[in-house]
Amino acid sequence: MIDKISPSLDAAVAGIHDGATILIGGFGTAGMPSALIDALIAQGARELTIVNNNAGNGDTGLAALLKAGRVRKIICSFPRQADSHVFDALYRAGEIELELTPQGNLAERIRAAGAGIGGFFSPTGYGTALAEGKETRLIDGRHYVFESPIHADFALIKALRGDRWGNLVYRKTARNFGPVMAMAARCTIAQVSEVVGLGELDPETIVTPGIFVQRVVQQGA
Amino acid sequence: MQRLTRDQIAARVARDIPEGAYVNLGIGLPTMVAAHLPPERDIFLHSENGLLGMGPAPAKGEEDEDLINAGKQPVTLLAGGSYFHHADSFAMMRGGHLDICVLGAFQVSSRGDLANWHTGAPDAIPAVGGAMDLAIGAKRVFVMMEHQTRDGASKIVAQCSYPLTGVACVSRIYTDLAVLDVTPDGLAVREIVDDLSFEELERLTGVPLIHQPLAA
Repeated sequence: MIDKISPSLDAAVAGIHDGATILIGGFGTAGMPSALIDALIAQGARELTIVNNNAGNGDTGLAALLKAGRVRKIICSFPRQADSHVFDALYRAGEIELELTPQGNLAERIRAAGAGIGGFFSPTGYGTALAEGKETRLIDGRHYVFESPIHADFALIKALRGDRWGNLVYRKTARNFGPVMAMAARCTIAQVSEVVGLGELDPETIVTPGIFVQRVVQQGA
Repeated sequence: MQRLTRDQIAARVARDIPEGAYVNLGIGLPTMVAAHLPPERDIFLHSENGLLGMGPAPAKGEEDEDLINAGKQPVTLLAGGSYFHHADSFAMMRGGHLDICVLGAFQVSSRGDLANWHTGAPDAIPAVGGAMDLAIGAKRVFVMMEHQTRDGASKIVAQCSYPLTGVACVSRIYTDLAVLDVTPDGLAVREIVDDLSFEELERLTGVPLIHQPLAA
């Protein structure tokens, strides 16, 4: 019997190694898997490369992981926000590396990794500082920039419900990066508000099929 | 001259958004346009964090932290609205499915280059978000901004001095002084506020303009 449900948050983040690349879901705090991030902080992995849309809000969740000094590099689209003081201080002190990527390219680079695409030409960013040094191509009269896939060792995402086969549904705009991140990591770990029995999720509305998910854990476990 | 208020610029932009349009209103000034869209007109607002059919802000106490817009403010979903993931959301944009995108700007050049993501200050922490995707993603890109900086410098320029967001991507510019279209021949002035001559507008703008008002 296949059962992807982890008994605890600690068990869910077991095996995350130093130097790992981790996709972390969320747009701001919507969809951020804070329980998994807290478990990762307790687990202790260091020198991480983190991929997220932002670079932490306030002092909890991703910001707490940064504050704990576990992150070597962050790949994101929008680090600077009103409440990104943890990232701002690390960046100004030269203690974290930043790779800035336009948001749509970020999502597509993650999707490409999950879909087995070796990169793609995107019109976004052509002629800007963020395309400097990248290959460009003129296709049917339009300029494009080559963007590479973002593969990851782990993905930490948040969903509303999941079952023991790893099928997931999300809630409102908390879905954001969850489905593409689930595809792009060798091990995807989903924090869910509710674990449901097999067959309880309507197969017509499952957003992330279980093939993309290796571990599911109840939020308070 | 009668400079338009920000609300009046927003109302002017709203007049150009037809029924049935799929529209993204960028963060900042453009969000003011939503309040001026006539409720009887079906217009589909897109927010790049994954929703179509975005409604107004919820009543106090009804906020849902899982239902936010691109500016991370709480919003509502209209009947008929939908949620989707980030790659689909930007496919809507990059794939040319959005009709109109309204953006703020630091500068726009005569050929429609847009600078709105970074001042280029050496100590600034760069953040781009969806700005570059929005700039090249919609069928028409409207810029909504004050015509001049606080120091009186024109924000319409021969060449942007701030880092670019997109190249030759702007279709139309709405300011507190005028409405201008980016055309192959240069910037065509379609409307000017009361008590401002074309010559004076051109002087304040500092780049050559074409006087080509729209037929009323």
